[in-house]
Amino acid sequence: MDIAEIKRLEAEGPGRPASKKRQQQVLKAFVYIFLMVGSFVMIVPFVWMIVTSFKPLEEINTYPPSFFIRKPTIAAYIELFSIIPMGRYFLNSLIVTCSITLANIFFCSLAGYAFAKHRFFGRDKLFLLLVGSMMIPWQVNLIPSFVIVKKFGWLNSFYGLIIPAMSGAFGIFLMRQFIMNIPDDLIDAAKIDGCSEFTIYRRVILPLIQPALASLAIFTFMGQWNNFVWPLVIVYSSKMRTIPIALSVLNGQFGTNFAMVMAGAVVATLPVLIVFIAFQKYFIKGIALTGLKA
Amino acid sequence: MNSALKEFNKQKSAYIFIAPSFIIFTVFLIIPVFASLYWSLTEYNILQPPKFVGFQNYINILFHDPRFWKAMANTVIFVAGTVPTSIAISLLLAIAIDQNIRFKNWFKTFFFIPSITSIIAISVIWKWLYASGKYGLFNHLLTSIGLPSVNWLGVTWTLPSIILMSVWGGLGYNMILFLAGLQGIPHVFYEAAEVDGASEWDKFRNVTLPLLRPTMLFVTIMSVISAFQVFEQVYIMTYNSEGAVGGTLDCALTIVAYLYETGFQRFSMGYASALAYLIFFILFIVTIVNMKIVEKKVEY
Repeated sequence: MDIAEIKRLEAEGPGRPASKKRQQQVLKAFVYIFLMVGSFVMIVPFVWMIVTSFKPLEEINTYPPSFFIRKPTIAAYIELFSIIPMGRYFLNSLIVTCSITLANIFFCSLAGYAFAKHRFFGRDKLFLLLVGSMMIPWQVNLIPSFVIVKKFGWLNSFYGLIIPAMSGAFGIFLMRQFIMNIPDDLIDAAKIDGCSEFTIYRRVILPLIQPALASLAIFTFMGQWNNFVWPLVIVYSSKMRTIPIALSVLNGQFGTNFAMVMAGAVVATLPVLIVFIAFQKYFIKGIALTGLKA
Repeated sequence: MNSALKEFNKQKSAYIFIAPSFIIFTVFLIIPVFASLYWSLTEYNILQPPKFVGFQNYINILFHDPRFWKAMANTVIFVAGTVPTSIAISLLLAIAIDQNIRFKNWFKTFFFIPSITSIIAISVIWKWLYASGKYGLFNHLLTSIGLPSVNWLGVTWTLPSIILMSVWGGLGYNMILFLAGLQGIPHVFYEAAEVDGASEWDKFRNVTLPLLRPTMLFVTIMSVISAFQVFEQVYIMTYNSEGAVGGTLDCALTIVAYLYETGFQRFSMGYASALAYLIFFILFIVTIVNMKIVEKKVEY
């Protein structure tokens, strides 16, 4: 008899293993039921969205409401792209989101590299300022940012939508944390080989922080695709609307045409859903890491 | 000399590397923070230059503005309604998923989908679920089990409806944070507890909960902060043809919705800036108090 066995026997005592096993089985059954009911509750609203978007109008207004579609139709989607310029809005969202994401990857990693591996005057104070700024709620800088963008003449333009979001404290912080883990030896070796600072960034740093870049890209993409308040404040003409704004206008103007509003919700949800499913690993890992480190 | 030059060059490239970020940071964060601090002491409508009024905005907000207090009350109800519920359920979910079970990733994905969906999309979907009369899915469910239907988006129920939807939408995110926390607890502790003959409940009570405290602190603070800033849901659920936000009789007017109305519909930028600083101040206090409470309990 080894020590582990003795311990086990001591812990279990006579007659306990069977009841304990049953207890665990019951517990596991509860866990499955709980998770399945929960998943069902999570999914139903989305199923209802999809079902409604393919229903003809007269079926939406029949009683009782049903998950079964008698005559499925894509009429709502056709309306969505013909009555309002949804294609244009989609393109707007794509341009804004992709530009901001690319800019963040570049600028945040560049700044993160400087903070992680360079010594320069004022570095620690600046970094503290950066981290401290994450505590400031967005309402505080919303109004002056609006006024500044207005002064620049960037209201209702891609400039106004993109430029203020091209870098962020959170991204820089994330990049710095990752780059700090890269051994200095690699950088020194590159320096001895005569690489310029930018070459080191591009050839040594960037390839090594790809997982972190992926996390940052996905976070930024999703956050920006769903961003509502900033475009709400600076966009005033129909043609500059992004998807969330379009959806809110749709809700205001065509609020009773539920098929069309739900079709709009499907169009708004699909791209992030695809990105999420494709990069799920990076995303959940990213939250777990940053959530606990921040 | 040569080395000094090199040192300077090294510094120069660092400054160039942080320059783009810091220009954006300065123009759209540092300057705005001070600008709104100053504007909160002025009367400002964008068209005319700001007129200094001292603490008048703050005095008006705190002592002569019943709508502010209504918004405050609604916001506190929203925070109290969402945060504890969401934390309790998402902790349970995380523990359930952390068991040795199958389809883990499927469950994770299901619970997480609302967190990646635009809150605008979620709000319009739920507006349809909440639809009044018999066509709404929720009312159909209620009436089919013999309960009376509810006017979900009427004066009484709008705020609870938004709370229910927000709890649903926020579960996945908190669940992932708790899962990360749970996975950070070393297995030895559970093994030791088992050796001592601890039941599942004992293990949860005496191992999981205490060791999860840092995660709990983080989730609580983040949840309170983001719940306090609730806006999009209110905007979509209460939007009416006149463009007013907050619903009939301000039944779901929250503090950020009120700030939006003040700043961007009435263009009282000074007053709105003062509101923004009050929000900042309140959130700051909340964070400090939260940290103090949790710190106290960590003694052992």
